[in-house]
Amino acid sequence: MTKEEIMRPENLVYKKPTLLNDTPMHYCPGCSHGVVHKLVAEIIEEMGMEEKTVAISPVGCAVFAYNYIDVDWIEAAHGRAPAVASAVKRLWPDRLVFTYQGDGDLACIGTAESIHALNRGEHIAIIFINNAIYGMTGGQMAPTTLMGMKTSTCPYGRVADLHGYPLNFTEIAATLEGTCYVTRQSVHTVAAIRKAKKAIRKAFENSMQGKGASLVEIVSTCNAGWKLSPEKANQWMEENMFKFYPLGDLKDTTAESPTH
Amino acid sequence: MGKFKGVIVVNHERCKGCNLCVAACPLHLLALAEKQVNPKGYHYAIQVRKDECNGCASCAIVCPDGCITVYKKKEE
Repeated sequence: MTKEEIMRPENLVYKKPTLLNDTPMHYCPGCSHGVVHKLVAEIIEEMGMEEKTVAISPVGCAVFAYNYIDVDWIEAAHGRAPAVASAVKRLWPDRLVFTYQGDGDLACIGTAESIHALNRGEHIAIIFINNAIYGMTGGQMAPTTLMGMKTSTCPYGRVADLHGYPLNFTEIAATLEGTCYVTRQSVHTVAAIRKAKKAIRKAFENSMQGKGASLVEIVSTCNAGWKLSPEKANQWMEENMFKFYPLGDLKDTTAESPTH
Repeated sequence: MGKFKGVIVVNHERCKGCNLCVAACPLHLLALAEKQVNPKGYHYAIQVRKDECNGCASCAIVCPDGCITVYKKKEE
């Protein structure tokens, strides 16, 4: 069998989703954002929602997400993505509305907006990329930074006396009445990516079926901010991040009847 | 179950040489180009051992930039 015989359209098993356009992504090599962008594009394509999606981009590394995925986007002020998404979904209930936020956007400046949008049970999906650092601005300490973790603003490691404790936002979200699906996933291996895809798909479907607010946390790497190679960053994440941010579903009430 | 044969096509222009596909390939068929670089200056991923790929698409799934296209056909 020659290479040409195999390289036929009917034998295609994997390609870059069409929704993810050819604009080169500004993310550092090996950044988890790229994988999640790819999953989002794949899921929107599979759901056939290309023309009916409104995504809200955050401030942070993913601020330019609107350049890469060809759906309608709104760029929200820092941390206000869930508020904007609430408005869009209320005005356009037939649209798939989701926000794509990092930990600095969602769990720091936007904590109030995020908690209240989730608690109101807005029918939106929130994708929360948690890499425990402010990647875009140069690797400063974030609320999600682990104890003892070194960043450019805590070069000797995070200590409780001076910096307080890391914020486990997803666990807080799981205690809120308005959330219907809260899960924590990762994208460091093929198996984890497949699971993360199922989780995001479920969150998007919950949004369309009006079941309530869904939060999908993706525990991610920031190899540039952590000063590690992409492979080492994945390893570091497995060894350190998963202890404080264990993977799995924290809440799932979607099997019950919808509240509205 | 028959054996599968796969072919991967790497978009060298888009690749950032992060090495994640190299680490993900269960058959260890990939490597970063040692001397060649793309216009961005990255050592892009290449398939060093040909004809052994089974088209599992692990490399393409983990690629953050969607640079890899995978074809797979059952051997007759």
